[in-house]
Parts: sequence; C-alpha cells; structure tokens
Amino acid sequence: MAVRDWEAVIGLEVHAHLKTRTKMFCRCELEYGAPENTRTCPVCLAHPGALPVPNERAIEQTIKLGLALDCGIAARAIFARKNYFYPDLPKGYQISQYEAPLAGRGRFRLPRPDGDREIGIVRAHLEEDAAKTVHAGGATGRSVGADYSLVDFNRGGTPLVEIVTEPDLRSAEEAVWFLRLLRQTIVELGISDAEMEKGTLRADVNVSVRRRGEEGYRPRWEIKNMNSFTFVGRAIEAAIRQQVAAHEAGEPVEQSTYDYDADTDRLTVHRSKEEADDYRYFPEPDLVPVEPPAELVERLRAELPERPADRIRRIEPAVGFDAAVELVTTGRDRLYDRLVAAGAEARVAANAVMNEVAAAGIDPEAVDAGELAKVLGARERLPRDVYLEAVARSADPGFAAAPFLEQEAVSDASALEPVVEAVLAANPEQVQTYLGGKEGVLGYLVGQVMRETRGKADPRVVNRLLREKLRA
Amino acid sequence: MAIDREQLLHVAHLARLELRDEEVERLGAQLNDILAAVSKVSELDLSEVPPTSHPLDVVNVFGADVPHESLPLEEALANAPEREGSAFRVPPAGS
Repeated sequence: MAVRDWEAVIGLEVHAHLKTRTKMFCRCELEYGAPENTRTCPVCLAHPGALPVPNERAIEQTIKLGLALDCGIAARAIFARKNYFYPDLPKGYQISQYEAPLAGRGRFRLPRPDGDREIGIVRAHLEEDAAKTVHAGGATGRSVGADYSLVDFNRGGTPLVEIVTEPDLRSAEEAVWFLRLLRQTIVELGISDAEMEKGTLRADVNVSVRRRGEEGYRPRWEIKNMNSFTFVGRAIEAAIRQQVAAHEAGEPVEQSTYDYDADTDRLTVHRSKEEADDYRYFPEPDLVPVEPPAELVERLRAELPERPADRIRRIEPAVGFDAAVELVTTGRDRLYDRLVAAGAEARVAANAVMNEVAAAGIDPEAVDAGELAKVLGARERLPRDVYLEAVARSADPGFAAAPFLEQEAVSDASALEPVVEAVLAANPEQVQTYLGGKEGVLGYLVGQVMRETRGKADPRVVNRLLREKLRA
Repeated sequence: MAIDREQLLHVAHLARLELRDEEVERLGAQLNDILAAVSKVSELDLSEVPPTSHPLDVVNVFGADVPHESLPLEEALANAPEREGSAFRVPPAGS
C-alpha cells in the first residue's frame, strides 16, 4: 500500500457556541454547569404558541465572524426550519439558516512554511444548539440500545455558528493546523470561548482520498462531533489509511457517516438511525428576515483585531516561520510587538518571549516592555542570574531595569585589575597557601573580588586575572 | 405535478405518521388537490418576483441580550410525560 500516491481531500464543518448571556431565541440565561433544567422557558421547551425572538448580540457576533473570514455579508438573511425528530429538539425542528445565511463565501489564509494556502469558506450561518441528552440503561451508555434517555434543556437554544469549508485541506496535519488557527481567530474576536473539551467547539470532518493528479472527488466519509484536536488528526489519518487500502484492494468505499474508535484507532460505520438526510428546510414563518444595516457592518469591521494568520506573516520576515507561529499561537506575540516597538532586536525579543518570559510564568500583557527592552539590550553584559531575575520581575508593578543594569558584569580587565591586586594584598596568607600548591583557595579569592565589586565582576575574567597575578 | 403513493408514505414516515390504506388514498387525493390549486400560481411569469419568506413587510426584529427569569424547575417539568430527578425522561433516542 502506498499512501503517498494518494492525496486526502478534507473539508470541515466547525460549530462554535457564541458567547452571549442568553439563548438564541429566548432570554433564558446561559450558564455552564447550571442545575439541570433550570434555564428553560416556553420558547426553548417548545410550548405551543411560544414565539422566538433572535438575540441581537448573536447576530452581530456572526456578522463579525463572517467579516473575519472575508465572507460576503448577506443583504438579507433568512432563518429556516430544519425538520427532524429527536428528543433533544422539542419543536421537531431546529431553527437554522439554509438558502440565505448571514455570511456567504469567504476565505481563510493558512500560513505554511512554503507559503500561504487559501482555504475556501462556503458559509457561516447561525442556528440554535440542541439540548443535552443522556442515554441511560442499556449496555454501553450509547444511544443505540439504551433503555431510555434523560434530557436537560439548559443547553437547548444556545446560539451556535456553523462554519463550512471547501474541501481544500490536504492532510490531517493541515486540517488540525487550520482548526487551531480558526479557533484562535474565533476566540480573539471575543465571540466564543471555543473550547473543545467543554463542547463549545465541535467539528465534523469530511474525508476522501484520490490519486495524486486525479480530478474530481471519490466518496467521502463524514466523522461527526469530534471534540479534540488530537482525535481530529487521528481520525483523518485512520480514514485515509482505510480508504486507500480499500481503493487499492478494489473494494467499494461507500459515502457514509463514521465513528472514530480511539481504542482501535479505526473508523466504523455509524449505526444509522435509518434516516436519510431529508430535512425539508423552509423559511421560518415565526421570524422576519435580517437585513444587516451597512453602518452596523462597517462598525463591526472597524472592530476586527488583526488576524492570527496576518500576524504570523507580518512577524515572519524578522524571526522566521516557526518562531512566528509559536509567538502567535501562544498569544505572546503582542509582547514581542511591544518589545520591538520599544527598540529590542527582533530575534532577541522573540527568543526572550518564547524562552525566558515563558519559563518565568509571568503574564506577558503585564510586562513593562520599555523596561524589559532595556534589559534585553544589556543581556549579554549581565550575569545570567541577574538577567533571569530581571525578566521574572518585568511584570511586577513599577518594574525598572536600572537596578539590574547596574549589576552589569565587569569584564574589562583593566577595571578589575586594581581590585584583584587589592584583594591579593589584603590576603597574604591565602596567597601563600595557593603558592604552596593548594589551588582550591582560589575560589575564596574570586569570592573576595566578587564581594568588592558587589557581584558585578565577570567571574571568568576574575579567575584569569588572579591566576596571572599569582603566577607572576 | 402530483405526488405518488411512495412519496406520500415517505413524507408520512418523516412526520412519524402511521397511515391506514384508506387514509393513504384519501390524503393522497387531498394533497394532490392542494398541489393543483397552488400550482395555478406557476401559470404566471414570476421570474422578476423575489420569493416571499415572510408575509409581513418587516425586517430586523431582535431582542437585547439581557436575561429574563426562566421557569421554576417544577413548572418546567410539569408537562413532562415522565421525569427522573430533574430531567425529562423520554423513550430511548436513536433506537
């Protein structure tokens, strides 16, 4: 089997909970970990006659996301009903967007070591999340074979954006890198916490393979609700391996939904609920269209922060691709920017931020960059421990570089010579001991010089000078 | 256009409706009458008319993102067919 003769074709559907105080279509408060079924009302429980009212902040956040993904913002967006029966969906339909989403075609710049990849965005639409269902009884705790289900409607109706990409990703590694950078982009917009482990970010993955150079697409597998970056990567690898093996063996590869089993590192066909996707979308009659005013769109556009991908490209020429990626993805590039603005040399600043600042465990945002830049400028002349201490203190209130710079190591021999001579003159016994063959006493003499210079002397130079003088 | 028996049964299944044979006959006829009536519209040239998604000429109705009080737990569960603790208990999903 030769996986390298094949290339993967991967597209993602990424869901993120929006960071609003209340639900999408009612004003029940969203609170992670609230007691079961205490955040419900006639709207999110689907009592007859209850009417939805869209959350204005969620609409704005979706437009903002669309702008960050270079999407066209709809002149007129329409909510639609997606009809299906499941206990986590009390209305019998999910309010989503179908033909007229808030954000249409866009693109995402994905920096790679050999240049940018452009990942097409098909759309970003706004919908409501389903409730949380726990399957009880049965053997496995999974839906199939359960005796009954328990439903908590607190999460039902949480505003959710779905971002759909073109099948433009070409490897598991690239897909995971895209997902990480997309997540960071979303988080920095302030519209979602997007935490996979809390379920506020989830991804569905579509994977197929084709021979290199082949046009068109072969049947794809959909892997739903992946909730960790590691598993997204492994599931894609597994799908590629299994599909390539099947194609090369001439076995059929059927388009279907698959589950990833982490224990066996294999994908198995999802036991279907015997339901073709037949959602009978139609415009939601309970909601009027959304026509984002131009002033609103422009205000949101003006609020956009510089995107992580753009920051990587901006920093890269000065520090290299890997350092730029590390700085940006750890969120430490703002300190780097401030240090450079304060006059620090780019590579020195990058290394200090990635190594010493990171190791000191201090808040990069709290660092006084002007003062730390002075320390970095004198870094090579400072004793190592003084330098590290200065970095560790650089986020303290009122941090000043001056007291540390005063401890600059004196390595100029002519400056140290008089001190060395004075120490030798003041310690005739130790000199005799040394000359008598006990060279261990040299350490004591070095210590004396260090004390006289209040630690500023470069110990290596002191050592050399003492040996020279004693030999003379 | 008309819907045939197979389409009717498919739609009935999606709506989780169990239909007796005579209901299939009767409902099929009624649905086709409705479709025929509605399809009168297609005799007009509507190529310049945008689709209507809502009967009211109103846009941008939103609510501010400010929490209102939710239902007390007991009221929320009052109509539950069955409950277990503070959860709604329902027949097994996905079976």
